[in-house]
Parts: sequence; C-alpha cells; structure tokens
Amino acid sequence: MIRVTLPTHLRALAQVSGAIELEVAEPITQRAILDALEEVYPMLRGTIRDSLTQQRRPFIRFFACGEDLSHEPAEAVVPHEVVTGKEPFRIIGAMAGG
Amino acid sequence: MHFSKDKTMSEVRVLVGTRKGAFVLRSDEQRKDWTIEGPHFPGWEIYHITGTASDPNRLYVSQSGGWFGQVIQRSDDAGKTWQTVSNAFAYAGVPGTHQWYDGSQHAWEFQRVWHLEPSPNNPDSLYAGVEDAALFHSSDGGASWQELSGLRSVKGHLWQPGAGGMCLHTIVLSPDDPKRIFVAISAAGAFRSDDGGMNWQPVNQGLKSDQELPDAKAEVGHCVHSIAMHPARPNTLFMQKHWDVMRSDNGGESWHEVSGNLPSDFGFPIAVHAHEPETIYVVPIKSDSHHFPPDGKLRVYRSRSGGNEWEALTNGLPQSHCYVNVLRNALAVDSLDSCGIYFGTTGGQVYVSADSGDHWMPIVHDLPPVLSVEVQVLR
Repeated sequence: MIRVTLPTHLRALAQVSGAIELEVAEPITQRAILDALEEVYPMLRGTIRDSLTQQRRPFIRFFACGEDLSHEPAEAVVPHEVVTGKEPFRIIGAMAGG
Repeated sequence: MHFSKDKTMSEVRVLVGTRKGAFVLRSDEQRKDWTIEGPHFPGWEIYHITGTASDPNRLYVSQSGGWFGQVIQRSDDAGKTWQTVSNAFAYAGVPGTHQWYDGSQHAWEFQRVWHLEPSPNNPDSLYAGVEDAALFHSSDGGASWQELSGLRSVKGHLWQPGAGGMCLHTIVLSPDDPKRIFVAISAAGAFRSDDGGMNWQPVNQGLKSDQELPDAKAEVGHCVHSIAMHPARPNTLFMQKHWDVMRSDNGGESWHEVSGNLPSDFGFPIAVHAHEPETIYVVPIKSDSHHFPPDGKLRVYRSRSGGNEWEALTNGLPQSHCYVNVLRNALAVDSLDSCGIYFGTTGGQVYVSADSGDHWMPIVHDLPPVLSVEVQVLR
C-alpha cells in the first residue's frame, strides 16, 4: 500500500484529512501513483499535472525520503521506502513567497 | 443577469467571487439586512460564481489558482454541497498560435476560465469564456467541454494579450434567438455568432482605438471590457471599451460613442437597468495604469437616455480618499420592482442600491478583492 500526502488545498478538494493509502500495481512509478490517485479522486485531475499533457504543474513538487523527485522521469520507479509504504510520496505546493 | 418578476416576498442572493474564495450574501427584498456566508473554496481565486435562470439552485463556479490550475464546481442545492466537474478545456484540433508581446507567434495555452454563462432555459447547457481566449460549451452540466473553435478562426492569429491576459470575459446570449451569441475578448474585440457558435464575425465597426492600435478602426484588436444587453432589446448593446462607452442598435453591426459627460470614459463593467432598457450604469475609472476612481470619489454614473447624458450617483458611496477599482464582472442588477444595483470593489467592499442607484450602502466592507458579482432573486 502506497501512502500519498497532499497539500492543504488538495486535501480540501479531495475531502480527505490525512495521508491517502492507495493500491498501485508494480512497477510503482510517479505516473502509476498519479494515475491511481486520480482514479480514486477524480476531482484532483488537472490540479497536480495538466489533464491534457500530463505534465507536472509548475508549482507542484514531488518529495520522498528527503529527496526532490520532481525532475525525475514520470516512468522512474519511486524509492523502495515509498514502495513498501514506509515513507509517503509527498505532493507539495512549491514555495512561492516573496 | 437573471430576470424574474416577483410579487411575493422574495429572497435576494448575491454571489460574490473574490481573489480568495466565494461568498454568498442573502437578504429579503428590502435589501437592508444581510447575512454573509463564506468563504467557499478559501484561498482560491473565484473568477466567477453564477446561478442558472431555469434552476436557481444550480450554481457554477470557476475556481483557479497558480499552484493547482483550474477547477469547475457545480452545486445542485444552492451551495450547500458542491461537486467538481470537468476542468479539461482542450482546444479543438491543432491549437495554433496568436500574436505575442514581442510580435512573435505564441501557442494557444489554456490559463483559466473567466466567465461561465448558463443558457436561460437549460441548466445543463453552459458556456465558458477562457484565457487564452476561446469559447467552450458544455451540454452536460460541465461534465465535458467542447470548444466552439470557429471563433478563433476570425483572425485569431492577430489577437494578442493585453495587460490582463488574452481573456474571453463576456458572453451575452440573445434571449429571442438561441443561436445568437455575443462575446468580448480583451485586446481582440467583440464577436457575434448567428448559428449557435459555429461561425463568427467581428462586430467592431465604429470602435476607435487611437492609442492602442496602429489602425484605430481595425477589424480586430480593440480592447473591449464588457458588453450588456437588456432582454427586451436584444439588438441594442452597450459596451464599456478600454476608452469610450459605446452603443449599438443593430446587433453590433455598428457602434457609436455615448461617453458624453463622463469624468472618464475608461472603466470596466457596464449594466442595464432591469426594467428600463435605456437606463445604463458604468463606474468611471482613471487610466492609464491608475485604475482608481477620478478624484478619489467612488461614483456610479447612470444614464436614463441610453448614454451621452450621465449623472453621478454618490449617496452612500465614499467621496474622498477612495482608490479602489471595480472589475468587469463585478456589477449586476436584480429584477425586483425597485431595481437593485450591486457592485464589488478591489478593496473588498460590496455595495447595494435598492432604488436604481439613488442611495447606496455597503453590504460588507472587508472581503478579498472582488472579481465578480451576480444576483439571483428567489421567490
């Protein structure tokens, strides 16, 4: 079971309060996680990645295990700790202060 | 605008979109005591929240933000509960390019929905005006969207964004002809379809843009800020252009200026009185770049002659040190016998006049900057 955390606004949109647990078929890649997430929570379509191009939105970041995975290919397998559910796949609203 | 004649006690519901959420303001037909509900969707930009004439409990919301893009919300119970509907706005075919700031061609890219316009007779049928400028239609209550791409074939490669983006912000549906649609696009102009949106023509003859265009009378490129129509006079249109208040009496075929004695002919919204087709309202704003009321006095101007002769409406509005703006979607009228006028400001105030503009009072002082105001009258 994969654990995914969302930023505040997306938790409100998805009407969830904590981490989301998802069944994701292997190989567990960023794309597979996002596909599974949008399947269960269709209201998130287009908010994390463009609904047409599937490109990550510019101010979204993907963190896991203390690493920024945002620029990894969508087909890259996520870290083992995420695959085993020990660590969450963190979807972050990028820092954009001034 | 949604019209209904009301003889029994009515509820007035004002739908307010702001930079940081949506608010619903409620009163009775006296329009003196108000309750304020919200924010709905806190933290999101609400470019537009609107009701549908044929089902007042059906509401639509354009919700967007820099981080998470576009969301469209729909309510079937007047905002008690919401459901997201499709946010997939795909330009038809190969999107093509339009003029960019540096003169190069730039690919059409969806940014956000500025305006949602439900059909008057079918709550599941609605239009969406978007940036980069295009018109979309949904026939299933927002579950899917199809672009009416004939619009962009009207010299779309020559359109270029203004300071506010290349947005399609105004959609006017003709009440007597469901196939006739008017739209307005910043820095592109006004356009009309007579076949339900398949084919379009520019309707900008008479507009003059001496300061913005090398050819002041060009077929496209005029910065139209908003258009209003009274349902009893579907061939008469009123326009607030970047500069100039304009009028057409032939469905947009030609326009003439009716700015008259306004202190500034710049502004964003324009509206028509619910029961007097020759009574119109604008909010003059100082420009360029100032974008606040002349002399720090917040004045709505009313013409009872369809333009040219204007009177300042000031009773209850701040007449000193006021430096707010009133944006293009933030002026609305209700349909009660004593017509109510409403507007919201970038300072977060929403004002109401229950007597056609003679007297004003603030409903609320300190909302986030107001982007849109719509009014519903409920029996």
